[in-house]
Amino acid sequence: MAKPMEEYKWHELNVGCVIEEVGSSREYKTGGWRSLRPVWDESKCIKCGVCWLFCPDAAIYQKEDGYFTANLNYCKGCGICAHECWPMAIKMVEDEK
Amino acid sequence: MKRGIEVSIAASEAAKLARVEAIAAYPITPQTHIVEHLSELVANGELDAVYVTVESEHSALSACIGASAAGARTFTSTSAQGLELMHEILFIASGLRLPIVMAVANRALSSPLSIWNDHSDVMATRDAGWIQLFCENGQEVVDTIIMAFKIAEDRRVLLPVMVNLDGFQLSHVVEPIEFPSQEEVDAFLPEYKPLYTLHPDRPVTMGAYATPELYTEAKYAQEQAIINSLPVIKEVLSEYSRMFGRRYRIIEIYNAEKSDTVFVAMGSINENIMTAIDGMKKNKKSCGLVKIRLFRPFPHSELAEILKSKKNIIVVDRAMPGGSMNGPVFNEISSLCNRYNIKAKLFNYIVGLGGRDVLPEDFVSIYDEVKSSKVVRPLKGKKEATTQNYKVIGVRE
Repeated sequence: MAKPMEEYKWHELNVGCVIEEVGSSREYKTGGWRSLRPVWDESKCIKCGVCWLFCPDAAIYQKEDGYFTANLNYCKGCGICAHECWPMAIKMVEDEK
Repeated sequence: MKRGIEVSIAASEAAKLARVEAIAAYPITPQTHIVEHLSELVANGELDAVYVTVESEHSALSACIGASAAGARTFTSTSAQGLELMHEILFIASGLRLPIVMAVANRALSSPLSIWNDHSDVMATRDAGWIQLFCENGQEVVDTIIMAFKIAEDRRVLLPVMVNLDGFQLSHVVEPIEFPSQEEVDAFLPEYKPLYTLHPDRPVTMGAYATPELYTEAKYAQEQAIINSLPVIKEVLSEYSRMFGRRYRIIEIYNAEKSDTVFVAMGSINENIMTAIDGMKKNKKSCGLVKIRLFRPFPHSELAEILKSKKNIIVVDRAMPGGSMNGPVFNEISSLCNRYNIKAKLFNYIVGLGGRDVLPEDFVSIYDEVKSSKVVRPLKGKKEATTQNYKVIGVRE
């Protein structure tokens, strides 16, 4: 969006709230919903990518060294990655800001 | 030239004249003949449209939303439970500002199961953000469907329109109806040019999520659209009247200027009320009728203009209040009388539920009751404990 959502007046919205800009959902940082965040224990991780595959928000990415981590702008802390990780390399920890 | 034709068949012929491009519908009594005939027209190659057969009304309106979002002139039709099964999708169609036209053959809601006519189905959807028009006879059904597309698709409107016709009382009767020619309809109703379409070459998002920071503005914008549709609706009705010689207005009056007592009603029952009024004239009783053809957006200032000088306003409702103080039409009229400072006495009669016949004599009795001192405002039930602000005509007590 051209400006922050809270600055839009009603008559500035498109008819039917149509969004013409492609990929604007990236601007909506859902990470703020999170109470827990995933932490990888790289000594247990076998780089299988199951966490990456299961993340419903595509918030997990592979680092250059081949290990995985979450983009905390979008990770909602659902814990699906930790649940699916069979070597149990992911722990959900309190997201203290 | 007039043709004797069943009103349901005439309604589908009107959709054909409007050159609909997509139809998705599910059959339900008393709307079935409308969609059956449309499917025949498509199957016979007489109508070049996509006809999507679906497994429910929820899917029917969903498919219509998809078709309309892709830029097709879209039509559907339903009744009673079917309309309620569409309920959540109704709000999506209006929120997305898609100009779908839907004919509703009004029928009572179950339970108890009834296939017969009243207005409980449409009244349950009155605040869904659709423009709602009511028809009195078959000719109006044909004309209103054609006008509905022009209203819906106007760039100043872009809202779905519901065309209400009373189930059986209208849908299943054979009437002499005058059809405009295809050329005339084409001249009146240009090709639909959508503002936004779903197309892979020009991607847009429809139906996105609105956070608390945006939802209020989004709904406010939608509300402005339905409020501002009123002058466009008037404009389309006048244009149709000029082109086709049949006069249409959002509110119609019958003997109302001369009378201090008027009925306010919607739909086919108006014809019975007019018969009652004609009969009463012979007995030197003066009574008028105000017919609401456009219910949403509610034309309050136009109605106030007519009702301001009246002494008695008798509002006819065709749905149970469901725990509200009064019937849905009465609540609107009462609200406008308050706003425009109209001091008339208001009376609310609920009639013709689930297909119960209402005869002209019933309206004469209502008139007599209102004119006599027997009824005080508010109307009271027999027991003090069950004080009601309305009266149900014909209920056996």
